[in-house]
Amino acid sequence: MAHPIVEHIPRLRRYARALVGHRERADDLVQDALERAYTKWHLWREGTNLRAWLFTVMHNVWVNQIEAASSTPPMVGLDEALEVSEAPRQEVALGIRDLDVALSSLPTEQREVLLLVALEELKYHEVAEVLDVPIGTVMSRLARARAKLRTALSEGTARRPNLKAVK
Amino acid sequence: MAYVDGQLAPDAVRRVEAALATDEAARAEVEAYRLQGLLLHGAYDKVLAEKVPRRLAGAPVNTSWTRIAMAASVTLVVGAAFGWFARGLLVVPAGESTTFAQRAVAAHVVYLPEVRHPVEVVAAEESHLVAWLSKRLAATVRAPVLADFGFRLVGGRLLPAEAGKPAAQFMYEDAQGQRLTLYVSKIEGAQDTAFRYSKEGATDIFYWVDRNLGYALSGAVGRERMLELSNTIYKQLTPG
Repeated sequence: MAHPIVEHIPRLRRYARALVGHRERADDLVQDALERAYTKWHLWREGTNLRAWLFTVMHNVWVNQIEAASSTPPMVGLDEALEVSEAPRQEVALGIRDLDVALSSLPTEQREVLLLVALEELKYHEVAEVLDVPIGTVMSRLARARAKLRTALSEGTARRPNLKAVK
Repeated sequence: MAYVDGQLAPDAVRRVEAALATDEAARAEVEAYRLQGLLLHGAYDKVLAEKVPRRLAGAPVNTSWTRIAMAASVTLVVGAAFGWFARGLLVVPAGESTTFAQRAVAAHVVYLPEVRHPVEVVAAEESHLVAWLSKRLAATVRAPVLADFGFRLVGGRLLPAEAGKPAAQFMYEDAQGQRLTLYVSKIEGAQDTAFRYSKEGATDIFYWVDRNLGYALSGAVGRERMLELSNTIYKQLTPG
């Protein structure tokens, strides 16, 4: 039987992709998170929400990586080097790029909250647990993230009036 | 906001909807936030349908996986998965890793074209070579076997590293005369890292830190192949 963690990998990847905005780097994050999760597996209590627990693990790994990255000089990553460029699908790609750009303009804490709520559809109290912050903080970060994203997206489309909205 | 996220009780939903009916700005806000959710799903749901990359799918069969992986008879698959999982976060003292890779590639470039004296000690004297380099580095150094990739050990040499410390270089060659070098140097106090990648001209360099030793593999045989080689070297040099 497959490990119970396995069925959650696609959603961890989706979240990581949106959070990191880069395919290989996102999978690196998932890989590091899985490594941690398997090592800490004995700490997971049966009957609790495994998906939320995995998001918690990944959040902690992510925070550590951001801290590590800010103290090391930038360099070419393995991921960029190995990235296979996909054939451009113009219209959709442009729309997604706008979204990527808009997302990456959000502070990390706000981006995390927004993605956990709007993409992963976690309950506010689950997000509060994952990020280990009070629920009020979740709400205020979410409000700020949404307002900022709204502005960023409307500016993005205003600059390129020909761009069709993505479904 | 909780209304948009479907996180309100039914009677609260009715109250919000009543309020929205008379508040155009609030309605626009709700629409914008709903659109954000749709955009996010539209952009990222495709990830759910993607085949999970092998490096992530190498999950243990059950929770006793660590014991299985540690056991002497590791199957190739579990071994490969463990090889990936065994490497931790990218944490190196600032600046340390780049200069390390730079020294490695400098040494690579210097000795790569050398026809008559590519190495100080030839592979025929491998046990002497390894003992000598281990003694000078004050660490157990081994020459990995890369025959599966068609590379044979040419030999090795001792090089200066930073601050008067020594480094070892192993050179490999395949039937076409393509050469790889593995540069090994002690890096005290550094944490283990994942593979890092750098490129100098045509030379690809993969480098990592494992148990106070820094390794850098330099060569120009294609990145994918270099990554496979690095993975193999990493596994061979990690006891257990």
